Amino acid sequence: MSALPPYASAGQRAWFYGFRVICGLIFFFLIFPILVIIPLSFNAENFFTFTPKMLALDPEGYSLKHYRDFFTNPDWQQALWNSVTIAPVATLVATAIGTLAAIGLSQSHVPFRSAIMAILISPMIVPLIISAAGMYFFYSRIGLQGTYWGVVLAHAALGTPFVIITVTATLVGFDRSLTRASASLGADPVRTFFKVQMPLIMPGVISGALFAFITSFDEVVVVLFVGSASQKTLPWQMFTGLREQISPTILAVASIMVALSILLLATLEILRRRSEKLRGLTPG
Amino acid sequence: MAAISEVRSASAAEVMTTADGMPLKRSLQRALRREKMRSLMLIAPLLAFILLTFILPIADMLFRSVENGIVQETIPRTVVALQDWDPASDQIPGEQVFEALHADLVEAVKAKVHTKLGVRLNYEKPGMSGLFRTTGRAIPRMGEGPYQEKFVEAAKDWGDPETWRTIRRYAPQYTPGYFLAAVDSEWTHNGIEFRPESERIYLFLFARTAWMSLLITASCLLLGYPIAYLLANLPMRTSNLLMILVLLPFWTSLLVRTSAWKVLLQQQGVINDLLVWVGLIDNAGRLVMINNVTGTIIAMTHILLPFMILPLYSVMKTISPSYVRAAKSLGANDWTAFWRVYFPNTVPGIGAGAILVFILAIGYYITPELVGGTSGVFISNRIAYHISSSLNWGLAAALGVILLGVVMVLFYVYDKVVGLDNVKLG
Repeated sequence: MSALPPYASAGQRAWFYGFRVICGLIFFFLIFPILVIIPLSFNAENFFTFTPKMLALDPEGYSLKHYRDFFTNPDWQQALWNSVTIAPVATLVATAIGTLAAIGLSQSHVPFRSAIMAILISPMIVPLIISAAGMYFFYSRIGLQGTYWGVVLAHAALGTPFVIITVTATLVGFDRSLTRASASLGADPVRTFFKVQMPLIMPGVISGALFAFITSFDEVVVVLFVGSASQKTLPWQMFTGLREQISPTILAVASIMVALSILLLATLEILRRRSEKLRGLTPG
Repeated sequence: MAAISEVRSASAAEVMTTADGMPLKRSLQRALRREKMRSLMLIAPLLAFILLTFILPIADMLFRSVENGIVQETIPRTVVALQDWDPASDQIPGEQVFEALHADLVEAVKAKVHTKLGVRLNYEKPGMSGLFRTTGRAIPRMGEGPYQEKFVEAAKDWGDPETWRTIRRYAPQYTPGYFLAAVDSEWTHNGIEFRPESERIYLFLFARTAWMSLLITASCLLLGYPIAYLLANLPMRTSNLLMILVLLPFWTSLLVRTSAWKVLLQQQGVINDLLVWVGLIDNAGRLVMINNVTGTIIAMTHILLPFMILPLYSVMKTISPSYVRAAKSLGANDWTAFWRVYFPNTVPGIGAGAILVFILAIGYYITPELVGGTSGVFISNRIAYHISSSLNWGLAAALGVILLGVVMVLFYVYDKVVGLDNVKLG
C-alpha cells in the first residue's frame, strides 16, 4: 500500500492512483465545508456565496464588517459572555469530581464496578434530546429550570463521562509502586496524591477537561430547554440565527470557532505526546 | 505424607497472625474492605451528582409518561361517583354524578384549573377542551340542581356517553394513554385500536428516523472505510498529518458544520453557483438540496463520519500486513486477498463504528431541525415540539421513553461487541 512495487501491472497501477483520488475526494468532503466558511466570512456583501468581486480577489470585495458586527452587537456579546461564564464553571465541576471518581474506579477492588461505570457513562450515551427533556421536566419541578446553576449542573453532568474515560485511560499505565514508595517515605495520602499521582495523570486530566469544556461550549439542545433567554449561549444564538433570519455574522462566529477548535486540537496533540513520553510508551 | 499432616495440624493449632496478634485472614479482609470503602468514597461524589442531575430527571420522564393525576385531583367526587356507572350502557350517568361534577367544577373554576383538565382530556378526545371551557363559563349562573339538564343545556356533549366514557377511562392515577398515542393507537370502547389512517404520524416518523439513520450509517461506512484503510496503511508520518483532516471536523462545533452546509447547499449557495458556472445546470434549474431529506443526509453523514473512521482505523491498525502478504504468496489476487483475508478482520471495527453512528444518528435534533425542512425531520424534533410548542409533556415523555429504549438495546449490543471499557476518545 505504502508504495507501488515496480512489477505492478497496469490494472494495479490504475487502482493505486484511483484509490488515492477517491480518498482525496473524501478528505475534500470532510474538510471543505469547514474551510469554505472562512473566506466567506470576509464577504463585503450580505451574501452567503462568493461575489464576483471576491472571485477577482478585489480587496473591495472583502471586509471585516461581519466581525465588527459580532463584537459590537449586544445580542452576540451577551451570548459570548454567557458561554464564557457557563463553560469554565461546568468544566471545573466535571473535572474535579470526575477525576476523583476515575481514581476510585481504577483501584483493584471496586464493588459493582460495571454497574457504576454504566451509570457514570450514561450521560454520554443517552440522546441529548432525551436528557434535555428529562432535565427540563425535573429541573422545573425543583426550580432550577431557567437558572444559571441549572445550566451549569446540566453541562457538568454531560461532561463527566469524558473526564472519566480520559483519566482512567491514563491511570491504566500508572505504576502503583510509586504511591507505595511515597507512602513508605512518610507522605500522607493527600500529599502523595498532589505530589506523585497528580503530575503523572495531569495530561489525562487536562484532555478530559478540554473535552468537558468543548461539550459545554458547543452544547445547544440541553441549554435550549434547561436555560432561559438570559442564559442564551453562543451556540444557542447561532441556532436561532440559522433558524430565523440567517445573517452572515454567523459565518464570522463560525470562523472564530474553527480557529478555537484548531487551537484545541493542537493542545490535545501536544498533551498526548507528552503523556506517552511520560509513561515511556514511545522513546524520545 | 507424615510431614504434610504435621504442618496441617500445626497451622490448625496456631493460626497465622500479624504482628499485633490479629489473625492474618481477618487482617487481610479488613484491609480489603478498607480498600473497597476508599474506592467507593472516591466515586461517591460523582455518583451522587450524576444520580441527582441526570438519572433522576430520566426517571422523572419515565414517571411522566404514565402519570395522570390531574383527573383525580381536579374532579375527585365525579371520579368516585362514576365508578357505579356502566360505560357499556348507552345512557348518560344519573343525577348524582352531575351533582358531583357541579361541586367539583365550582371549586375547579374558582382555582382556574378546569381548562387544564380540558386540555389534558382533549389529547384523548377532541372537543374536550372546548367543552370544559364552555361549561366553566356556565357554572357560576347554574344555580341549584337538578343539574343533568342544565349541563346538557350548557354544552350538549355532556349528553354524549362517549364523553363520560373518556372521563372514566382516564380517571386512574396512571394511564397507558400517552404510550398508545405514541404508537398511533387509541383506547376506545372497542378496546385498543389504531387511529384512522390519516391521523397516524408517529409510527411513520419512527420508521423514517430508523431508515434515515440506516442510510446515514451506510454512507458513513462507504466513505469511512477507504479513509480508515488509507490511514492505517500509510507510513506513520503521513497518516498522522492526514489524521488532522479527520480530527478537525470532529472537534469543530456541530453548529459551525451545520451552518456551513446550510450555506453550501442553499439554492443561492456555493454548490449551486458552481454547478451553474460549470454549466451542468442552468440558472432556472438550481437544485433543491436543503430543507429536505437530501440535506439532512449529506450534513449528518459529514458530521458523523469521524465516528466511523476512528473505530475502523483503530481496528485496521492492529491487522498485521503479513496476513495479506501470506494470502498473496499463496496465490490470491489483490481482490481475493482483501475480501477473504483483510475484510473479515475489519468486521469488529465495522460493527463498532456502525452501531456508534446509528445510536448517534437516531437521537439527532439540531441538524434535522436546521436543514431537514418538513420531510427530513426525526422523532427528536417531534419530542421537542411537544415540549415547547404543544405542551403535551406526557406524549413527549412517552416518545422519549420509546427512543431511550431503542438506544439502550443498541447500546447493550455495542457493549457486547466492543465493551464499555474500550471506548476511546480522539
